[in-house]
This record gives sequence, structure tokens and C-alpha cells, in this order.
Amino acid sequence: MESRNIQLAVGVFVILGILALSFLGLRAANSNAATQGETYKLYAKFDNIGGLKERSPVKVGGVVVGRVSAISLTGDYYEPLVEMTISAQYAEFSETTSVSILTSGLLGEQYIGLNPGFIDDTVVMLEDGDYIYDTKSALVLEDLIGQFLFSQGSD
Amino acid sequence: MLNAIAKLGKATLDTIAGAGAALLMLGKALIGVPQLRKSWPLLLQQIYAVGVLSLVIIVVSGLFIGMVLGLQGYTILVDFGAEQSLGPMVALSLLRELGPVVTALLFAGRAGSALTAEIGLMKATEQLSSLEMMAVDPLRRVVAPRFWAGFYSMPILAVIFSAVGIYGGYIVGVQWLGVDDGAFWSVMQANVDLYDDILNGIIKSVVFAFVVTWIALYKGYSCVPTSVGISRATTSTVVTASLAVLGLDFVLTALMFG
Repeated sequence: MESRNIQLAVGVFVILGILALSFLGLRAANSNAATQGETYKLYAKFDNIGGLKERSPVKVGGVVVGRVSAISLTGDYYEPLVEMTISAQYAEFSETTSVSILTSGLLGEQYIGLNPGFIDDTVVMLEDGDYIYDTKSALVLEDLIGQFLFSQGSD
Repeated sequence: MLNAIAKLGKATLDTIAGAGAALLMLGKALIGVPQLRKSWPLLLQQIYAVGVLSLVIIVVSGLFIGMVLGLQGYTILVDFGAEQSLGPMVALSLLRELGPVVTALLFAGRAGSALTAEIGLMKATEQLSSLEMMAVDPLRRVVAPRFWAGFYSMPILAVIFSAVGIYGGYIVGVQWLGVDDGAFWSVMQANVDLYDDILNGIIKSVVFAFVVTWIALYKGYSCVPTSVGISRATTSTVVTASLAVLGLDFVLTALMFG
């Protein structure tokens, strides 16, 4: 009987551990719903990506539809190339879609904003591996201040 | 002068010999044909002694540490109007650092010292020698189940600690100080990553479990078999294990998050 009680106590202990782990995994952590299941990849070249990082969110009108999965330099002029993994649930972006790097709040994290383009008979839908050409780079505060000072000086 | 140099040399040699002996002890205890039917009840009993009985202190301290984090974090964050960041602050500090480290320190004090004293007393009362006389390997019979028990229990305890701590932070932050309920969880979910934070925290506690249990068992197994020797070994277990945990934590943090 003694050993059965011990077995019970250890069993309860292990169950508690599993419950705690699932609490952490499901409640505390980002279950990453936007990039689970079927995904496809889009690419975009920028002049400057600012503080964008891998795993930064890709948003349409504030709704997360995917994440930045890789950042690299490409071409002869070393332009930053951003690979975005988008949930296949949102597979209907047209080739007129534009993409810009935005900042959440004044000091917040940077993320990618997708602006879906217009759709008519002449435009093609973006597919896995396509490039988005209409890009706006990140706003770099130092450049802005530099431009401001320059414009002040030229008066 | 020469004496001092000789002392330094002796201390160095002793340390190296100790490390070698500890490694040999662990190797002899763990490497070998597993005898599941014989060792399973022993293991269960040790998990009960080492893990289940540590549950109370882990849950209580986890709850209070989470509550203190919530309280202190709130007073600072509210100045910047960033009290929604209380969730990730509490969760990340618990998952990455406090969960594994405080659990390991408490474990060293609560269970490690007990392991050392138990094995030290077995040695002092010649129970270990008697086992050998009966052709039972004390390393396999006494040391191995205790090691595995510590190795399995501590990560479970650390996970429970973090979960309870986050709940403590929730109680203070949301129920008491009035941080928005939805924002607390959603900002936390946006900032806590399953692999980067939770998995790395568990890896940390697995490493600490290995080190703390190993130190406790070796200190007990190698102690001078007198009452003074046992008391010294017990003290030394807590001190060495705590220092090892804090030092290793810096190294692991630098590797994982650096």
C-alpha cells in the first residue's frame, strides 16, 4: 500500500509538470498561429530594412498574416532581401500589392505592412516565390534628422 | 614560501583528483545494463523524496516571486505608461532566468543537502560497505536512482515554478493593480517564444539538474565518514552547487541569448 501511495504521488507530480508545461506553451507563449499549417513565401527587396528582424510580423491592416523568415543581401549592389512566410489562408495578393517597413508606436518594434493592391482582369496574383517590387524602406530617424538639418542650413 | 607553493600544488591536485573521482563515480553508477524491474521502484521512491516533497517550497516561492515581480515591474512600467508590458516582463524573467535558477538553488538546499547527508550517513554507518559485502553495487543501488530522480524532477519543478510564478504575476498585476486582462496575456504571447524562451529555459534546468544532483551525490559519497565530515559535506554541497548553478547560468545565458 505504501508503494502504491508513492506511485500515486509521483504520478500526480508528473501530471502537474505536464499541466504547467502546457499552460506555458498554450497560454504564455505565442503559438504562432499565423505561420502554422500551410504557408507560402514572398520576397521583397528594400534599400534599407532598419531594425527589421527575422520573425518580425507581416501585417495587413494590423492583422498578422505571416512572419519574416529570412533576411539576406542580394545582387551586385547588396540590396537587403526579405523573405516573408505568409499563411496560405491569405493567398490572394495581387501583383500590385505594395510592401513597406513600419514601426509600431514611436519606439516599438518594426514590422512589415502589406497593402493589398487593386484587382482586375489584367493583374496577376502573387504565387509562392514571387517578388513584390513596390517597396518602401524603413524610416531611419538619423536620416530624417540629417535631411531636416540640411534643409534648415540651405535656407 | 615553499610551503605555500606546495599547498597550492596540493590543492590543485586534490581538485583534479576530486573531479576525476566524481566523473568515475557517475560513470560507474550510470553506465551498465539497465535492470528496469529492479530499479523502477527505487527510482519512484527517490522521485517521491526528491521531487514530490520539494513541490510545496517550489510552488510557494514561485507564487511569491511572481507576485513580487508583478508588483515591482508595475511601479516602474506605469511611469512610462507601459504597464501592458508587465506580462512579458514577468513571463520572460521567469522562463529565462528565475524559473531554472531559483528552482536549482532551492533544490540544492532542499533536496541536494538531504541527498548528501543521507549518503554520507550510509557511508559513516558502513551501510555502503555492507552492500558491497552482499555483492550489491552501492553505486547502482544507491547512487544511480537518486541521480536519475534529481535529473527528472528538477526540470518538472522548474516548469511548475515558472507557471505558478506567471500566475502570481497575473494575480498582482491584473486582479490587484488593474492591468488590462486581455493585454496582459496577448502582449505576453506576442513576446514569449516557444523555442527561444520556454525550450531554452528547460534546457537550462536540465543542465542544472545534472550538475546539482551530481555534486550532491559526490559530496556525500566522498565525505569523511564522521559527524563533522558529514556536516562539512552537506554545507559544501549547498555552497558548491549554488555557485556552479550561478556560474553556469551566466555561461548558458551568454550562449542562448547573447
